[in-house]
Amino acid sequence: MYLAIPAKVTKIDGEMATIDVGGVTRSASLMLLTDVAVGDYVIVHAGFAIHKVDPEEAQESLKLLRELATAE
Amino acid sequence: MTMKHIDEYRDAELSRKMVDKIKTISRKKVRLMGVCGTHTMAIFRSGIKALLPETITLLSGPGCPVCVTAQREIDAFIKLAGIQNVIVATFGDLLRVPGAHSSLQKERAEGKEVRIVYSAFDALELARKNPQKEVVFLGVGFETTAPTIAASLIEAEKRNLKNFCVLSAHKLVPPALTVLMKAEGVKIDGFICPGHVSVIIGSGAYLPVVEKYHIPCVVSGFEPADILQAIYMLVKQLEAGDAKLENEYGRAVTFEGNEKARQIMYQVFEPADAPWRGIGTIPGSGLKIRKEFDSFNAKKKFDLSVPDSKEPKGCACGEILMGLKTPPECPLYKKVCTPGHPVSPCMVSTEGTCAAYYKYHT
Ligand code: SF4
Repeated sequence: MYLAIPAKVTKIDGEMATIDVGGVTRSASLMLLTDVAVGDYVIVHAGFAIHKVDPEEAQESLKLLRELATAE
Repeated sequence: MTMKHIDEYRDAELSRKMVDKIKTISRKKVRLMGVCGTHTMAIFRSGIKALLPETITLLSGPGCPVCVTAQREIDAFIKLAGIQNVIVATFGDLLRVPGAHSSLQKERAEGKEVRIVYSAFDALELARKNPQKEVVFLGVGFETTAPTIAASLIEAEKRNLKNFCVLSAHKLVPPALTVLMKAEGVKIDGFICPGHVSVIIGSGAYLPVVEKYHIPCVVSGFEPADILQAIYMLVKQLEAGDAKLENEYGRAVTFEGNEKARQIMYQVFEPADAPWRGIGTIPGSGLKIRKEFDSFNAKKKFDLSVPDSKEPKGCACGEILMGLKTPPECPLYKKVCTPGHPVSPCMVSTEGTCAAYYKYHT
């Protein structure tokens, strides 16, 4: 039910955004978020952006997973 | 954050290494419960269960929103579809769920207006396009979905859409965890907490459960590497005798959660007692529409009382949702109850434990 893939915001028109989910264009409401800008990555649930992904945090968590997996 | 980074969370090599790490530290026999339908699906699809050492038992708790919807709520949805001039708008996974005598799918086949929507806003759009009809949206889901439905009500009010309303059957996750901890016979050593519910409520919402019941809780994402990492964190805590709250899904979940979404949710809804399939009524575990929004409340607009129907005889859904049984221990599993002829939503929804077992368990 939940889309784990973050979507990229490509256009904003009032409270609606055009998003790109792995190449597919959709629209999503921004009513549940503050401070979203074009170029941001958001997590979308049932047509609503519910979280703005911090790209650094995303990289960081991935790095952490890798380190944990390889640490002796 | 590109697609490449998503693929990395699915990396088989990464998963294998994590399984090795879990095996290295796991000594005690532990029972870990995932409280998210999407976790259930990911765990089965990726074969994580079979990779884990024998010391670890993975259970799927009450985390599939359709599965926890009570029989009488389903019956009310079906009654609604039978009311003249009503268009029922719903997420697709409710369609095949059997009520006492019918399902929304059957009603639709008989000509009733039941429409599948992807978002609560699609339902608003339906109302706008059908001014002579009453569009009723079925509010099923946890804290992730409830704010989206609340937003649609606020929008409906703003646009003065008088032919739109919601039948709220939402459920809240933390009260269910408390009930599990108190239930007799239930043995759970750690919770894998739902990723996107936590986006809204924040990882901090589990702190009372952690502290009161001294049970480790780890919020997890949905990719196999996320779930394995959460399992590793839980096992590590349990081996050390700890009971802490940890967050594996830092790229989406903060301690505070999404305050704006919660504010919108509570502007429209207030906590109420709610019936859970197979578990019973849990105090404060649901959401009812506030008085100020009475004109958008389907329960106020229509008589939706239904006879108090029993849940299907023999169905072990409740015990499965509480981690007391596995689907093969249900006498109806595979014999009477199959995805083609489901007895209960746990066999209907792709996120249901029985459906996942049926599909992936050999
Ligand atoms: S197999 Fe069917 S009847 Fe048995 S618990 Fe699962 S859904 Fe219920």
